[in-house]
Amino acid sequence: MNKENRKIVLELKDLHKSFGNNHVLKGFSLKLYEGENLVIMGKSGSGKSVMVKCIVGLIQPDSGSITIKDQDIITMGQKELDFLRTEIGFLFQGSALYDSMTVRENLEFPLRRHKDKVKNFEGTDESVKQALESVGLLHAIDQMPAELSGGMMRRVALARALILKPEIIMYDEPTAGLDPITSNEIIQLMRSVQNEYNTSSLIITHDVDCARVISNRIILLVDGINYAEGTYEELSNSSDPQTRAFFKN
Amino acid sequence: MSKSISFLKRSKSFFAEIGDMAYFAGRFFKEVFKKPFEFKELIRQCYNVGIRSLFLVAVTGFIIGLVFTLQSRPTLTEFGAVSWMPSMISVSIIREIGPVIIALICAGRIGSGIGAELGSMKVTEQIDAMEVSGTNPFKYLVVTRILAVTLMLPLLVIIGDAVALLGSAMVENLKGGVSYTLYFNQAFDTLSFTDVIPATAKTVLFGFAIGLVGTYKGYNCSKGTVGVGEASNSAVVYSSMLVFVIDFIAVFVSDIFFEI
Repeated sequence: MNKENRKIVLELKDLHKSFGNNHVLKGFSLKLYEGENLVIMGKSGSGKSVMVKCIVGLIQPDSGSITIKDQDIITMGQKELDFLRTEIGFLFQGSALYDSMTVRENLEFPLRRHKDKVKNFEGTDESVKQALESVGLLHAIDQMPAELSGGMMRRVALARALILKPEIIMYDEPTAGLDPITSNEIIQLMRSVQNEYNTSSLIITHDVDCARVISNRIILLVDGINYAEGTYEELSNSSDPQTRAFFKN
Repeated sequence: MSKSISFLKRSKSFFAEIGDMAYFAGRFFKEVFKKPFEFKELIRQCYNVGIRSLFLVAVTGFIIGLVFTLQSRPTLTEFGAVSWMPSMISVSIIREIGPVIIALICAGRIGSGIGAELGSMKVTEQIDAMEVSGTNPFKYLVVTRILAVTLMLPLLVIIGDAVALLGSAMVENLKGGVSYTLYFNQAFDTLSFTDVIPATAKTVLFGFAIGLVGTYKGYNCSKGTVGVGEASNSAVVYSSMLVFVIDFIAVFVSDIFFEI
């Protein structure tokens, strides 16, 4: 389907964010279309994580607008923002599992307040099992996060992000710190999750393989602005040496 | 010149931190009455703070009573006032020594525990994850912990005081042949409400201060493992200091109202 005909689920316009004299975002903009996998690439410290935290309301941008499903999140009240957050899954770079809770309790946590917002809710226990099954970790349901490997933790974190059946999922460096085999498993899992849950995804990554396999479109974030935009093939064969440099393994 | 500039800078950051902590306390009072109430987490925290500190408090209380009586005995015997021992011990333990020492022990165990736990949750983005999942982390983590310490500390102090008196009674029984009944009769005869009520009231404030400082330090922990260590350490230092400041103010105010 032509992208002009598709619904925009997330839009950033002219986003600015500074920390003291460090201007991280200098007018960054993007549009995420329904069902799309949009990859954001950029050097370390280029503001990718800051941008994604602005989207979920963890960091307040200095100026610009963030619209999720036609609702401006910057001017939104806390209650409305909490409600909207149930439609966004977020996979943190370090998994961010609650280490005092079991895998089951980690997955039950978002359901405590928001189970009424889950479409076709089949009960807490069933939802937890279903989410864990979709990441292939049902056997780890009663384990503590400390007993899991890095890859398993990332899978549990993905299951927790999926538990409220969000329409948008944001991945912050989903394969960072994982070996190539586990990285590949996570990438395949992200693809199967998108097929199963029909989500739109915003993926922050350095991993060229991840970008190649999963992206429909890539935006390069350099010096706080959209430096380049296109498909993997377009950007990796770009005439601009700086753009091409991102795709060298 | 540079020394005075550095002193001014440190003073400025100290007062800025006091301001931040006051704002944090204000937010606690704003959130504590707002729905949804996290009862399950509050009960879990009460168990962590109360039941898990019980053994430490009981041992400390017992040793205080025992040692205090042993140390005071020779002097009182010298002045022929050994029969005043139960009265003296009960008043000093209930009014001052019990609440302050048990609050300091709890500042060490509970304050540092809360600071380290919330600090590590902060640096591993668990607090952010909670917020993103649509749960108010301040309410779930901060309000429940402050409330738990505020509710549990007075109970711990009462238990600690009782065990301290028991320790003292044991010494008197073994050394002076004073029966337990006589000891406790004398100990409680001397006590009045003006001893018990202000002493218990100030432990509520001690508990609030320990919970507030621990959660503030952990919740605002800077990035990295060094930040977690600093949060835990400064939670103990600040809350211990606050215990003494509150004690001073409480005794001063009690003196005005109850003429102690």
